[in-house]
Amino acid sequence: MGRSGADRVVPPTGFTARLTVFTAAAMAFLAVFALALSLATDRLASRWSEALARTATVRISAPAGQVAAQVDAAMEVLRTTPGVDSARPLSDAERRALLEPWFGPDLPLDRLRIPALIEVVETPTGIDTTGLRARLAGEAPGAIFDDHTRWRAPLVRAAGRLRMLGLFSLLLISAATAAMITLAAQAALAANARVIATLRLVGALDTYIARAFVRRFTLRAFAGALAGTLAGLATVASLPRADAAGGFLTGLGFTGAEWALPLLIPPITAAVAFAATRFAAFRQLRETT
Amino acid sequence: MDTPHVIELQNVAYSYGSDALLSDVTLHLAPGSFHFLTGPSGAGKSTLLKLCYMELMPSAGQMTVFGREVSDLRRDDIARTRRRIGVVHQECQFLDHLPLTENLSLPLTVAGRDPAEEAENLRELMTWVGLSTRAQATPPELSGGERQRAALARAVIMDPELILADEPTGNVDWEMSLRLLQLLVELNRLGKTVLVATHDLNLIRAAKSQVSVRVLRIADRTLQLSGADL
Repeated sequence: MGRSGADRVVPPTGFTARLTVFTAAAMAFLAVFALALSLATDRLASRWSEALARTATVRISAPAGQVAAQVDAAMEVLRTTPGVDSARPLSDAERRALLEPWFGPDLPLDRLRIPALIEVVETPTGIDTTGLRARLAGEAPGAIFDDHTRWRAPLVRAAGRLRMLGLFSLLLISAATAAMITLAAQAALAANARVIATLRLVGALDTYIARAFVRRFTLRAFAGALAGTLAGLATVASLPRADAAGGFLTGLGFTGAEWALPLLIPPITAAVAFAATRFAAFRQLRETT
Repeated sequence: MDTPHVIELQNVAYSYGSDALLSDVTLHLAPGSFHFLTGPSGAGKSTLLKLCYMELMPSAGQMTVFGREVSDLRRDDIARTRRRIGVVHQECQFLDHLPLTENLSLPLTVAGRDPAEEAENLRELMTWVGLSTRAQATPPELSGGERQRAALARAVIMDPELILADEPTGNVDWEMSLRLLQLLVELNRLGKTVLVATHDLNLIRAAKSQVSVRVLRIADRTLQLSGADL
């Protein structure tokens, strides 16, 4: 990194330089993950909220000989219910796939009394659930209508909280970065008290002295944050994809244009370092004449 | 018409905590005058010099520098006023990581002037103090005498009106002391006001043989005009 102007008057200080670069790199690395968590939970919340809001399930538990008849009866009720866009019974393979994450691939579905399932897609106007439940009770006594409300709301709420946690983590990381860079800047200012005294002796203004430190810490923080961000992006890219991991998790990562968002971390870190060092420098300089 | 003084102290006191280091000090430095400030170690010579270049501020009394009341000066005003004062410390105070040329041009750099435009002036100055062959040496590579001469060169590069020197010959032999004195006398003959704090009475006697000097003595925390027994 080239040194010029006011920056040259401060000798290179190995310890604070390494500390600042390391802090900025570590914090940027963590910030990438916090951002990934925040975006992933945002997607998760959106997916659950949108996808589940318009779907429902009819579960039919009946003696073995009555299942097919009750499924047909329930399908007939659904076909004539306002607000139902489509309804279809899940095949054995689909039911097996739903249970596979918990019981493995060799589930003997034919020997187990697994309820039959009908997937229902609602129209935007929605279904009169009370009326539908009453009709199902009459036509197919083993049918239970589940509109997912019971478990969808807490899940969406949990995803929303995770997203807030991610954003809060980003704020905490920014504050911790500012605090650590302030401490490093104060250490550098204290270590260079003789340099500052010499500069004062020859008539340097506070702004000149502060600039020497501010420029240096800003560049160090930017360089460290850039390295940390690239390392964080590489690590996120190497994580297993959501589909490969299976299950319902959306996967910790970025999609599409989201990959560009972490590139904001280095300039933001540099801005935080600029403000923190400037604050520390002027506060310390004001304490001496 | 009275010529305004470069520095005026009127009943100035300075205390550090509850310790009174200086009290009731009155001092007028006329333009072009040459003053010596003497007294035993710890008497307050350095403290008085620090007051003169505003590293310390008076606890009481009135003090003006170049006609301006120091209590009215803001931080930036103080820094700009210091550019009119050349200070030579016993400890010299250099930036050890920079070569001599950059150290000498530091006052120009901090004042926003381009040292490249002052290169000729800098070369002349280094020749004047006998350091033209040491341009690229760093301060730790210089001898005590070289450092003192370099400090004097840096003090005058901004063409200041006032030179303050705190024990400038404290770390050098007699021959080098006379050489430094000669440089200070030359500056005084160019119209600079000079105030030198020293406990070296032989230096004061040597100066008296060349230039009109006024000797001030600090004793009992205050300033007195010294007798002619030097």
